[in-house]
Amino acid sequence: MACYTANWDPLGEEAFYRKFELYSMAWNLKEDLRDCLVAAAPYGGPIALLKNNFRKEKSPASRPLLEIYSASGVPLASVLWKSGQVVQLGWTASEDLLCIQEDGTVLIYNLFCEFKRHFSMGNEVLQNHVREAKVFHTEYGTGVAILTGAHRFSLTTNIDDLKLRRMPEVPGLQKLPSCWAVLSQDRVTIILLAVGQDLYLLDNTSCSVVTPPGISPHAGAYVQMAVSFNYYYLALFTDTGSIWMGTSSLKEKLGEFSCDFRAPPRQMVWCTRPRSKQRAVVVAWDRRLLVAGNSKECIQFVLDEDSYLVPELDGVRIFSRTTHEFLHEIPEASEEIFKIASMAPGALLLEAQREYEKQSQKADEYLREIKDQNLLAEAVRQCIEAAGYEHEPETQKSLLRAASFGKCFLDKFPPESFVRTCRDLRVLNAIRDYQIGIPLTFAQYKQLTIEVLLDRLVLRRLYPLAIKICEYLRLSEFQGVSRILAHWACYKVQQKDKSDEEVAHAINQKLGDTPGISYSEIAARAYDCGRTELAIKLLEYEPRSGEQVPLLLKMKKSQLALNKAIESGDTDLVYTVVLHLKNELNRGTFFMTLQKQPVALSLYRQFCKHQELETLKDLYNQDDDHQELGNFHVHSSYSSEKRIEGRVAALQNAVDEYYKAKNEFAAKATEDQIKLLRMQRRLQDELDKPYVDYSLHDTVYGLILDGNHKRAEQLYRDFRIPDKRFWWLKISALAEREDWEEMEKFSKSKKSPIGYLPFVEICMKHHNRHEAKKYAARVTPEQRVKAHILMRELDQAADAAIEHKNENEMNLVLSKCTAATDSSVVEKINRAKAQILKK
Amino acid sequence: MESENLAESRDRGCHVIGRAWRGMAAHLSSGRVNLTALREAGRRELREFLDKCAGSKAIVWDEYLTGPFGLIAQYSLLKEHEVEKMFTLKAGRLPPADVKNIIFFVRPRLELMDIIAENVLSEDRVRSPLRDFHILFVPRRSLLCEQRLKDQGVLGSFIHREQYSLDLIPFDGDLLSMESESAFKECYLENDQTSLYHAAKGLMTLQALYGTIPQIFGKGDCARHVANMMIRMKREFPGGQNSIFPIFDTLLLLDRNVDLLSPLATQLTYEGLIDEIYGIQNTYVKLPPEKFAPKKQGEGGKDLPTEPKKLQLNSAEELYAEIRDKNFNAVGSVLSKKAKIISAAFEERHHAKTVGEIKQFVSQLPHMQAARSSLANHTSIAELIKDITTSEDFFDNLTVEQEFMSGIDTDKVNNYTEDCIAQKHPLIKILRLVCLQSVCNSGLKQKVLDHYKREILQTYGYEHILTLNNLEKAGLLKLQTSSRNNYPTIRKTMRLWMDDVNEQNPNDISYVYSGYAPLSVRLAQLLARPGWRSIEEVLKMLPGPHFEERQQLPTGLQKKRQQGENRVTLVFFLGGVTYAEIAALRFLSQMEDGGTEYVIATTKLINGTNWIKSLMEKLEPPPF
Repeated sequence: MACYTANWDPLGEEAFYRKFELYSMAWNLKEDLRDCLVAAAPYGGPIALLKNNFRKEKSPASRPLLEIYSASGVPLASVLWKSGQVVQLGWTASEDLLCIQEDGTVLIYNLFCEFKRHFSMGNEVLQNHVREAKVFHTEYGTGVAILTGAHRFSLTTNIDDLKLRRMPEVPGLQKLPSCWAVLSQDRVTIILLAVGQDLYLLDNTSCSVVTPPGISPHAGAYVQMAVSFNYYYLALFTDTGSIWMGTSSLKEKLGEFSCDFRAPPRQMVWCTRPRSKQRAVVVAWDRRLLVAGNSKECIQFVLDEDSYLVPELDGVRIFSRTTHEFLHEIPEASEEIFKIASMAPGALLLEAQREYEKQSQKADEYLREIKDQNLLAEAVRQCIEAAGYEHEPETQKSLLRAASFGKCFLDKFPPESFVRTCRDLRVLNAIRDYQIGIPLTFAQYKQLTIEVLLDRLVLRRLYPLAIKICEYLRLSEFQGVSRILAHWACYKVQQKDKSDEEVAHAINQKLGDTPGISYSEIAARAYDCGRTELAIKLLEYEPRSGEQVPLLLKMKKSQLALNKAIESGDTDLVYTVVLHLKNELNRGTFFMTLQKQPVALSLYRQFCKHQELETLKDLYNQDDDHQELGNFHVHSSYSSEKRIEGRVAALQNAVDEYYKAKNEFAAKATEDQIKLLRMQRRLQDELDKPYVDYSLHDTVYGLILDGNHKRAEQLYRDFRIPDKRFWWLKISALAEREDWEEMEKFSKSKKSPIGYLPFVEICMKHHNRHEAKKYAARVTPEQRVKAHILMRELDQAADAAIEHKNENEMNLVLSKCTAATDSSVVEKINRAKAQILKK
Repeated sequence: MESENLAESRDRGCHVIGRAWRGMAAHLSSGRVNLTALREAGRRELREFLDKCAGSKAIVWDEYLTGPFGLIAQYSLLKEHEVEKMFTLKAGRLPPADVKNIIFFVRPRLELMDIIAENVLSEDRVRSPLRDFHILFVPRRSLLCEQRLKDQGVLGSFIHREQYSLDLIPFDGDLLSMESESAFKECYLENDQTSLYHAAKGLMTLQALYGTIPQIFGKGDCARHVANMMIRMKREFPGGQNSIFPIFDTLLLLDRNVDLLSPLATQLTYEGLIDEIYGIQNTYVKLPPEKFAPKKQGEGGKDLPTEPKKLQLNSAEELYAEIRDKNFNAVGSVLSKKAKIISAAFEERHHAKTVGEIKQFVSQLPHMQAARSSLANHTSIAELIKDITTSEDFFDNLTVEQEFMSGIDTDKVNNYTEDCIAQKHPLIKILRLVCLQSVCNSGLKQKVLDHYKREILQTYGYEHILTLNNLEKAGLLKLQTSSRNNYPTIRKTMRLWMDDVNEQNPNDISYVYSGYAPLSVRLAQLLARPGWRSIEEVLKMLPGPHFEERQQLPTGLQKKRQQGENRVTLVFFLGGVTYAEIAALRFLSQMEDGGTEYVIATTKLINGTNWIKSLMEKLEPPPF
């Protein structure tokens, strides 16, 4: 480990930089990078190359080749470029490749070179051609900025929500600016451009000239500019070799560096990290790399090959034909521990642990030294943090081992940070593997979040690894495994070489009943790919009918949708499908379909009952449901017919249907109803009183009330009203009419079928005790007690009950007695009861 | 604010709801299962929805919903969330209201959608300050309704379209109801199982709050359907296992048509009679005011109140909780005993000598006064009921009912029924009697049935032919097809008729109908002990399948019962339950060696009258 700091280079007093190899590239490039259009996505993303792009002859044999590689140079996909001239490549935040053509068309490919969609940057761009373009990322998403042949800028801040903005003209601009950059300040996207010695700031409405503070008047013309990853810092390179560094707001100068090379650099990028001590700029020429900060000294590297710089959140990636390296400022914790002769607690702890492994007592000395200063917890923290910054698993391990060792001597050191770092490093090492080729640093990983990392693995179709990581990190199934399996399935359905059965089976095998899986989403994807049969098969696995039905309808599988809706028990779904079917099918087929589905049929009947009465009739007709047809006609005789003739006709229809239904009773009853209706109509005309729609009972009652006894008698005979009921009816009506004479006559017309107690009751109801008495005499002996009670003759009632020796009757009388007025009766009965008991 | 609204809106001729929004929740936590949690969940959902519509609001109510909503949230809750006005949904233009949001609270019904569309469309024409529209479907969003709104061209006017899953509403500590008026009719007459779907959803909500119910028993086609849907929904549920310790041990699903008899018979418990005579709606009852006139000296009877007296009836009232489930004949003695205790307690003040004693007396005063007014109310109600139960007609009617239920003369035309028709007693009373006879005889002979039907049509009008047809379809009224009458077998095996009933100190559930033990509750009782295997034969005679399902629980949630700890069974009546049946189940819960406590759920709280009414076809002759 003595050589650990061998690749450290100091920059000024404060900071060290190091450059180390991430991968040796697997791509076996034959071309020089300078001959290709290159785009590398940040956060260790993929690299796109467009070869042969610059050749002028356009024979089919020399068509450009678009290739996409992982950061380790493993080929992911390639495709012959058959579209127009490409000016610029760039990656979106979701790792889609943007190919910006000269005509302003932007084609979007996924990282497997599969075309997704395209959009245009507008007519103005189409006419004047794209001369230069830049892809940039802000909080709004991925944006594209275009410089046209007319020296005008056009941009969009979010390609997913395309709003084109044409920037104002730069006055007097006759040639292309020497360099330009996109800035994002306070959520506003602006363009900074340099023309000779002048700097211009373009915002939505205006163009203004700016001057960086503290720049030497002899600095010369600007030839290159660089904006930092987070848009905070700006660097300007002039043709005198001077580098100005400051904030991108142009309010503050951070430093200046003057270098010996005046040639315009191929690339210039910022190399910073969160909480940087030193903010530096990396400048690349063909064979030279220079790191410059606010210091007189700089670090220089020789480049053996064409290299390409990719600025990252916490450093710069540099790749060439053979290698891929990372250049960054040494983080504090690492510096403390590894700096030569460091006495920092972390350094001592690392040493202690090494001695401990050697079984040397020096371990104790080191440990004591840390503990004496009360810095053991700090030491552990440093080791844990530094482990995160290390790329080599061996170094990570030794630091973590030291931390673990130190922890043993601490009470209550919270274990979370240690455990979390171990887990995260395990994940990072797995994805850094060159087969996977995502060289994320700890800081980038934290910034990106695990969810996005999983998305990226899914995008690369690395499903098993993604699932392993989910399981390893114990993410909830909902946000973890399920999501990945669903993505996998959506990919799987696009594999056209496999049969529907195979694919459906394979998907179900893997997904099973994993909670949170939406089979309908997968099915929708299959349908989008034109695989309807597969979609149907997949929907079979969808447990939520609510999800199945809409898609089935969309696929025009209405019958199946109906089955599913019925299975779900959700009647609203059934209704939805039924009404859909109704519009889709002709009436005959529609009815036939319903016929097979009783549940749907009954619901549709309900619907028709409220919405489409005529259809309801057709439905019953189709079923030969004569009973319901009869009911239907009865219904319409009330609800839709107003004239008597119409109502009679409707009722006659009902009669016919009831006969067909072999419902003799209903048919006869309805015939009676017609008879009654006609008769009422006649009565109404003759007597000039409303009779229609009274019941038979009320009609007869009304007639008697009006003294039309003959007509009443006629109805009684015509409709064969039972005697008992007619007698009740007649005496009630007569009593109401107070026609006591007629009542008496009637009572004597023949022997009353209801006895004479009702007469008593009805007279008393109309407070005619005198009349009541007449009938009380004729009441049968069994009912005499009741008659007396009705007439409030409790004394006689008691006598009758005593005479009958009937205890129930006696009790009945008793219950009617009130203590205050009827004490003698009570006494009488009690005596009688006592006597019965004695016997 | 409330009264101001009332006055203001009345001037403009619109009805505003306000009074229903009262009530406390103490009664919900009294039972074995704390149903406050369910109510709380409902309130939370409501608040979340209201907060989505920022700013002042007016609610436009589907009138049917105000009662059930009153059991979930008071008006004050709405006010806290900036609800300033409330209107009843009706056709035409919305009343003016200076609010930012108009929210429609509606059941998903097409006819209501048309009204809403009309409201919204006429609003646009007025060009009043722009108001945001929202719609809250209770209990579920409906594609059908949204399509209708779309057809009417107003769907886009609604910013929020959501659902409020008010399926099972807590009525009391052991009672949940969906208050779905037409559930029975839809299920058994129209083969429309919408309410069963809601029931299954409600049960899923319940399980989400109180744990998966490990055992499901059921009897009847609807029960089977609900159980199937529950099992299906469990599979649909994303996120997998429910990790709540199960509070219910068993769910018993019962079709109302397994026991058509119980609702037809006159309930004889105190609460049952109040419902039979005055009708209890959403725990409230309206009573004739005369008996509740404030007794002031001197001016007796001068200003009799004319508005009906409205009382809330639930177990929060100590006295009511004690007497509600008693046979009415046992209520009087309790009331007089209470009266003595209370007046004795008031007498105490004369003995209070020391300051401490007086202080103690005073501290108990509010409680005593509440008890006294509660006693006064119930004494008045009992008097009102007594006037009716002691009438000859009530007695005669009951006698006939009991004859039918005990199997006397069920196969011939009944004199009393005939007399009642002849005197044109209320039709529903006749229908109850005829149906009761039919059920107790496993159908009527053709001659008897036709006679009754003819009598009814002639007396009450031929339009009732459709109602009779409905009753036949529902199985309430039917032709005896087989020569065999099953009812006596069922009655004997299930001991449905008990001659030696003890109304005062009951030892069997038959006290709730003074002799008849409700079949539905017997089924629950026999399920708990000794199990349905003992009555296989009878179960086969009753309509629909009987079944048992088990829902797997993760090992950690399996219950280890403590010694003497009772099982908890949820009995769900699909198609309605009566207060007498509830009383019978409560009686079983309280039996010392019962071993099972019951919580009751239903699609609707019913009695014979409103049940038959829901099955009647309302035909009105066209106007001339």
